Amino acid sequence: MRDRIIFILQLLFTLLVAAFLAVPAALSIAAGVTVNYFRGIQSGITLQWVAQVWELYAGTIMASILIALGTLAVTLVVGIPAAYALYVRGGRLARLVEEIITLPLAIPGLAIALALLLTYGGFGSFRRSWLFILAGHVIFTMPFMVRSVMAVFATIDVKSLDEGAASLGAAPWRRFIDVIVPNAAPGILAGSLMVVTLSLGEFNLTWMLHTPLTKTLPVGLADSYASMRLEVASAYTLIFFVMIIPLLVAMQWIGERGNLR
Amino acid sequence: MSTMTRHGAALKVENCGKTFADGTCALARATLDIAQSETLVLLGPSGCGKTTLLRIVAGLENPDAGGRVLFDGKDLTRQPIEKRNVGMVFQSYALFPNMTVADNIGYGLKIRGVKRAERAARVAELVVLTNLGGLEDRRIDQLSGGQRQRVALARAVAIRPSVLLLDEPLTALDAALRERLRGELNSLLRTLGITAIYVTHDQAEAMELGDRIVVMRKGAIAQIGTPREIYFTPADRFVAEFVGAANIIEAPIDGTHLVLPGGRQPIADSGPRNQAVAMVRPETIGIVEAPASGLTGVVDSVRFAGDRQRIIVRGAASIPLTVDAPNTIKVHAGERIGLSIEPNSIRLLPAEG
Repeated sequence: MRDRIIFILQLLFTLLVAAFLAVPAALSIAAGVTVNYFRGIQSGITLQWVAQVWELYAGTIMASILIALGTLAVTLVVGIPAAYALYVRGGRLARLVEEIITLPLAIPGLAIALALLLTYGGFGSFRRSWLFILAGHVIFTMPFMVRSVMAVFATIDVKSLDEGAASLGAAPWRRFIDVIVPNAAPGILAGSLMVVTLSLGEFNLTWMLHTPLTKTLPVGLADSYASMRLEVASAYTLIFFVMIIPLLVAMQWIGERGNLR
Repeated sequence: MSTMTRHGAALKVENCGKTFADGTCALARATLDIAQSETLVLLGPSGCGKTTLLRIVAGLENPDAGGRVLFDGKDLTRQPIEKRNVGMVFQSYALFPNMTVADNIGYGLKIRGVKRAERAARVAELVVLTNLGGLEDRRIDQLSGGQRQRVALARAVAIRPSVLLLDEPLTALDAALRERLRGELNSLLRTLGITAIYVTHDQAEAMELGDRIVVMRKGAIAQIGTPREIYFTPADRFVAEFVGAANIIEAPIDGTHLVLPGGRQPIADSGPRNQAVAMVRPETIGIVEAPASGLTGVVDSVRFAGDRQRIIVRGAASIPLTVDAPNTIKVHAGERIGLSIEPNSIRLLPAEG
């Protein structure tokens, strides 16, 4: 009897905490499909706000997706070989490089943005292009890719696999493609999802770096919160949710599968 | 032996040493000749430099300046492992988890651009040779330790290497399996007739597999010889004790006899010295009735081991002597016995260390 009461109290507490987090999200989503939020849901349900957001901000949504994919491409092409080199080489220098790559985790996005502006602000065409934001996102997300790939290297004895393939005659790039990458796939996948998710949601750094012509979804979101009616801003949030939640679920799923192996 | 076809290269390791960046010397400069189709075993305790030497031959480590590695007279010192056409079996096997058994075995052939059909035929041949039938499509994590070992071997042999390099290939297995696979490996090496270098710390493996054994200690070669030479005429005390069991007796020499606490023991050849370090193998000591003259001692303990019994005898020499006696002899602790040792089976070792 006493156990049952404790269980019920624990359940209530858990639900309360969950509700504390979920209710605002639910309300926000509801607001995005309500005709008039101040009159409540009885005013009717509509997709007009979603349509309006699409009309106004489709550009930022596409921009975010492209930047996320671009960031992913760069972190894959640079991050995996970097992780491989750092892991195989080892030693003090490798540790130092790893620390430097990881530094953006500890530095506020605003500070990174400021540093980028100070350094490259003078290069007008770079400053005004999407590449500027892409560069910021790569700096911010690279540690996540490198770290998760290195973590998987630590579990598969990369050095032996590499030497094994070499003994059979495979040149370095061939070993990398045939043996290293396939066996690091779980780490690469986990890193990729993290990079895409972080890039899609990144605000601090992007807000500092953007120009009126290079807005991403989160920046557009802030813009709409400040200047649009509440229903439009909420509909915008709804679109963001629809994009990001499948990625989060996939990340969770892959993480669990990784643990089972 | 004479009908056997010979394969692989003749190897020459010339003046190869290895000093690591932090200054530790892993291998003192060593020179070795390995004949075509010979199996050479590098034997020694961990940290003796045997794996370093193997890795220098493989091309996974560079020797210190001045060292050279020659395959059939061709200098390959500057070539990385992928250009040396070696077959290597790693202690951890280093099998590719992302490939099936067949793909693992065929990987080296694929790299060499061998056509699919030809590759499949060669893989099938090796599957039969290494007794892996029915496992071709398995993933590596679905194999037992012994099966993995055989895949690693098949994969290394598939490319018809100039030399087969084996780095403690049986160490990861349990004792019974190790013994069985040792036999299989031996007959496989004889069948293939390929030049092979085999690294191990297990003297039983070294004895069974090696045409010649290189005993190593602290980064240097202690002795090179056939298993019989190594066993019967060890160069020094370290080799004597590392290979098989040995009684090492320090005693004064009186002309042609060792002067021991338990009596005088004749020896074959003492040379001009009056103090000796002598090695006597436990199985060369016979147990007899306590004689009026000659060597005697007192049985300290008897351990019955089935095929033989190990008897510890006190009082005969300055140290307790270990004797391997036939399992039919009946002695008991405390009994006074005589010891008969053939003078020829006593080996005098250099005095130092």
